[in-house]
Amino acid sequence: MIAHAFFFYFFSLIAIISAIMVIVSRNTVHAVFFLILDFISIACLFIMIGAEFLGMMMLIVYVGAVAVLFLFVVMLMNVTEQKLSWFRGSKKSGHIPTGLVIGSVILLELVVIVGGWKYRDTFSETKFLSFDENFTNTHLIGNVMYTEYIHLFQISGIILLLSMVGAIVLTYRKREGVKKQSYFKQVAREREDSVELVDVEFEKGIKIDD
Amino acid sequence: METLYLLYTEVYKILFLLIPILVSVAMIVWFDRRVWGFIQRRKGPNVVGPFGLFQTLADALKYIFKEIIVPASANKAVFIIAPIITMTLALSAWAVIPLSETIVISDINVGILYIFAISSLGVYGIIMGGWASNSKYPFLGAIRSAAQMVSYEVSIGIIIINVLLCVGSLNLKDIVMAQQNLWFIIPLFPMFVIFFISALAETNRPPFDLPEAEAELVAGYQTEYSGMMYAMFWLGEYANILLLCALGSILFLGGWLSPVDLYPFNIIPGIFWMLLKILLLFFVFAIVKAIVPRYRYDQLMRLGWKIFLPFSLLYVVLTASFLVYFDLLPKGNY
Repeated sequence: MIAHAFFFYFFSLIAIISAIMVIVSRNTVHAVFFLILDFISIACLFIMIGAEFLGMMMLIVYVGAVAVLFLFVVMLMNVTEQKLSWFRGSKKSGHIPTGLVIGSVILLELVVIVGGWKYRDTFSETKFLSFDENFTNTHLIGNVMYTEYIHLFQISGIILLLSMVGAIVLTYRKREGVKKQSYFKQVAREREDSVELVDVEFEKGIKIDD
Repeated sequence: METLYLLYTEVYKILFLLIPILVSVAMIVWFDRRVWGFIQRRKGPNVVGPFGLFQTLADALKYIFKEIIVPASANKAVFIIAPIITMTLALSAWAVIPLSETIVISDINVGILYIFAISSLGVYGIIMGGWASNSKYPFLGAIRSAAQMVSYEVSIGIIIINVLLCVGSLNLKDIVMAQQNLWFIIPLFPMFVIFFISALAETNRPPFDLPEAEAELVAGYQTEYSGMMYAMFWLGEYANILLLCALGSILFLGGWLSPVDLYPFNIIPGIFWMLLKILLLFFVFAIVKAIVPRYRYDQLMRLGWKIFLPFSLLYVVLTASFLVYFDLLPKGNY
């Protein structure tokens, strides 16, 4: 039990510190690294409460894919050194109002969710997975996701597919005059297509049409 | 007191696995160079120790005594953390690999997901190293490597789904035990080939070693590293290769199971077969390194996204339909 508590406080401490570091670190790339650290420690916390499938998915999806894209964007946009002008009391305080609005909206939503959960009994009577020691929670999630919630699952898949196609369509541009390698053409090329033997008449030569 | 005892036994178990892995990494580096040499009709390293077996130890000693140079304009903290991350991740994935029915540090329910997650984290060591070096070649190498690893992870993931469809569990032991009658390499042979090629790309081995293509990028993300930090990247890389060989033998070659369930073979302890299979896969890795020319970057991306991904997706559909049609789906406890 002591070890459990120790690990819980260890991971929570790292999660909180790195979450703070995400917003205070001057270097944007460092901020993304701290975000990744935060994701990892949250995943560890998930694993500690027995939700190992969720924790692993968090690692694979957020850390393995989303955060890599984040990092790419930050690195390639070359916004590495944030000057944090608003922090030092400069007149340009462009980002503070936006941040405050978003932050207060999120806080409000959290309050509504937690309040609803706590103070209305019927609210928390939405379906819980029946917990059974014999099955792993991967089994349980799969059993519900592919039977009861199959429509929601498929709709979310279609939304993701659509957004993927949309992103490709938006960034696709057709360029003229680009020489592309065609494997089929290369492989299908025969001697007859490319070499022609010609009897050359003396002192006349041949005309190569091109 | 009980906690302390638990801690002691766990640390003991971990050391008991980690030290052999580090030693075997050193040995397979020697093996790799030796195979490479023989294919090119050279002798390879054969001076230090019998058959040159201690060559890697000599190299490691050399790396330890070399100076660690941190470039003046590098981002120092990240620069130093990067090789540590690469090596730690490469070793920590071994925690769930069952070397035999009993030899495993932690037998968790989501073992295959754990390995997948850890190997997808491996890209950070490279990106951090390349970015923190603050130099053009490492940065280009890191970007290339990140894109390459992310793309091939997708196809590895779908190949793993193929296997999981036939097993019905994410536990690595269950995956091996499901192959008692038939190794998955026989029904899923195309997937095994694609897994092998994706593993080459995932570990940045030739012919997909574009992140460190010496003709274009000096040494890619490792360019600015020296001494022990370079050696850590290098050890991590080989530990990763061994890990993917182990994963391949668990997923397709029946892990610790003996090839035939007959008398003289099935009394040999499982770890022998497991190590033999890992070595066999690594031998093919080494041969490929020697005989295949390097891919161009656009060819690499085309292979990953336009050929492997659709093909393995199609195979998922095929496998699932086959299992459903013949009512072979693993029911598990249900």
